[in-house]
Amino acid sequence: MAAIEYSTLVALVQDHPGVLTKAAMLFRRRGYNIASLNVGHSEVPGISRMTIVVEGRGPHIKQCEKQLYKLVEVVKVLDLTEEARVDKEVALIRVSAHSAERAEVVGIARAFDAEIVDVARDSLIVEITASPYTIDRFLEVAGDFGILELTRTGVVSMSRGGNGAK
Amino acid sequence: MSEPKQRTGGQILCDAMRTEGTGAIFGMPGGASLPFYDALYHYADLAHYSMRHEQGAGYAADGYARALNRVGICTATSGPGATNLVTSMASAMMDSVPVIFVTGQVATPFIGSDAFQETDITGVSIPVTKQNYLVKNVEELPQIVAEAFYLARSGRPGPVHIDVPKDVLTDTTDIPTPTDVKIHGYRPAGLGHKRMIQRAAEAINAAEKPVILAGHGIAISEAFDELKELVEKASIPVITTLHGVGNFPESHDLSFGMLGMHGMYYANIAVHECDLIIALGMRFDDRVTGRVKDFAPNANIVHIDIDPAEIEKVVPTAVPIVGDVKLTLGALNPQIESGDRAAWLSRLNSLKADHPSHAIRESEALLPQRVVRNIYEATKGEAKIIGDVGQNQMWAAQHFLYDKPLSFFSAGGLGGMGYSLPAAIGVQIAKPDDTVWSITGDGGLQINIQELAALAEYNLPVKIAVLNNGHLGMIRQWQNRFYEGRLKASVLQNPNFAAVAEAYGVRGISAGSNEDARKAIDEAMAHDGPVLIDFAVDPNEDVFPMVEPGASLAETVEV
Ligand SMILES: Cc1ncc(C[n+]2csc(CCOP(=O)(O)OP(=O)(O)O)c2C)c(N)n1
Ligand SMILES: [Mg+2]
Repeated sequence: MAAIEYSTLVALVQDHPGVLTKAAMLFRRRGYNIASLNVGHSEVPGISRMTIVVEGRGPHIKQCEKQLYKLVEVVKVLDLTEEARVDKEVALIRVSAHSAERAEVVGIARAFDAEIVDVARDSLIVEITASPYTIDRFLEVAGDFGILELTRTGVVSMSRGGNGAK
Repeated sequence: MSEPKQRTGGQILCDAMRTEGTGAIFGMPGGASLPFYDALYHYADLAHYSMRHEQGAGYAADGYARALNRVGICTATSGPGATNLVTSMASAMMDSVPVIFVTGQVATPFIGSDAFQETDITGVSIPVTKQNYLVKNVEELPQIVAEAFYLARSGRPGPVHIDVPKDVLTDTTDIPTPTDVKIHGYRPAGLGHKRMIQRAAEAINAAEKPVILAGHGIAISEAFDELKELVEKASIPVITTLHGVGNFPESHDLSFGMLGMHGMYYANIAVHECDLIIALGMRFDDRVTGRVKDFAPNANIVHIDIDPAEIEKVVPTAVPIVGDVKLTLGALNPQIESGDRAAWLSRLNSLKADHPSHAIRESEALLPQRVVRNIYEATKGEAKIIGDVGQNQMWAAQHFLYDKPLSFFSAGGLGGMGYSLPAAIGVQIAKPDDTVWSITGDGGLQINIQELAALAEYNLPVKIAVLNNGHLGMIRQWQNRFYEGRLKASVLQNPNFAAVAEAYGVRGISAGSNEDARKAIDEAMAHDGPVLIDFAVDPNEDVFPMVEPGASLAETVEV
């Protein structure tokens, strides 16, 4: 199976109601799948930062970027797809772990630089902050024990070096 | 500025409508918008035109805005009033028309409670407006109205929707409306990039077979003189889009008509054969390009448009220029070398002579094209023509010789039937001294026929030409051509339109022959008031030339 290719767009937007809906609608209308979408504060008060990971590569992504710009609230759009960048995501994973398996799960978590943030009789919650790729790998290994619950934040992204998005 | 004054939300809206100087408001009141109407009661200088359907109000504001190249205003109440506006919002969006849509909303404490006549109309209007606002409190209203008018008219113009809850309309504030608006991150383009303009000039100077494709942007930026200068200096043939019709005088030697699905044969072939396209304020709509893969195969493209998202959206562009077309042509023209391009022009002129798509054959039966040409002759070309949608729209675009800017209006982008009558009302109000003709179909007329009541009430001298072919003609044409003549739901049983008009208080005339038609037009022109003429035209006439769906411009057929 050919791996799905993704593009990573960052949009700096005015923190107004409805902006998230507008951005999401824009991708939906053009039939692009959003793999993840994260919104939070930026370094500028009143400006939020969205990281949007979309399936696909190519000229249509440029069109997405231009369409995003047409939203009045959008201040800046960065296409980080081809940039050297830091991608990070947080996942909370409830892994099934009976007492006999607990040490093994903890060992694996440690190997991934993950933290155990909750311990119950039959399960553990693992918190991992890593690239989506690393999280996928952890999930694969932890899958052998049974994943009871999973939540991921979606990727946040920043280009390496330089002075940032201004 | 005088003392800060306490104003209600309704007054803030009315003040903005007044200072924006547009003078006319089209709408229909309702429960949620009553406080706005109560404020408006005290603004005698703001004329309110009561339309009979909110879609009609939206289209009237659209026509008004286009005719003046200013912002149009329309209002409706919450819920059903607001949802009735949606088609006209979508049309203004597609056609880049600056219209402010103000809707009433249920009072803020009721929002989200499924209150009577509550609709999440800002949720609905997102994709069909340039910007929209749900006003949460009266303090933010002055900023919002200022932004709304600024956004509607600046950059690529478009509709802006303001949804105002009933309590916000009556709450008061002393916050003045800002006169200067800046929106972080919103920077409408001005003059195009210098280096790119230079490259455009080089490309134009080097081209042997250039054509200009002039679009709606010429009208929006009022670049008529700059266009003419470029054309005449370099002897470049001009072809227009549907919305570009009239932006360059069609009787000029260098005018080669409209291109596209129902464009002139010679215009389509010129585009196919040219070596350079200079696209000015247009967006390569699929009705313009035909099969994109084979669009203008020998041409490089210079594209000047104010909207960056239009550049390279459809076709690869050799010289992309994001900019206002008037300013940019102003900088480009001095760099253009004069030339006569005699060989290219003689090729196009012989194409035109051999394939005179604009000609109308003699016929015993009343041809719809002939009616359009008769109106041209009777008005000596001095008229504003508002087409509807369908065959009538294409004939109106093809067979009136448009020599003046802003003389043809059509809902080309959305293609909503029912545009013509209400838009003509808006145009006539904007241009009270001009002769205004609505050219419509027997299908499209009925979509907003209720606006005959507004026409009669305000005694506007709009003349309505119904090209009555007893069919949803454009649908019939496609069913005949592409569905082996299986006419399903395209044959119309119509009322007596002249009698209907009379019942509304509009002079109604029926005409079925060539002679009747000419007489009826003269009679309509002589009558100082609204007239509807029901022309019983040949029910079998189709629109040609035609680029069939999926075909390229080179495959334009003439029958
Ligand atoms: C609101 C709306 N509904 C449906 C259509 C599809 N449509 C396009 S042209 C047409 C026929 C128009 O008939 P008529 O108004 O009689 O004009 P004609 O083509 O006969 O000149 C129809 C139904 C449309 N464009 N707009
Ligand atoms: Mg018809």
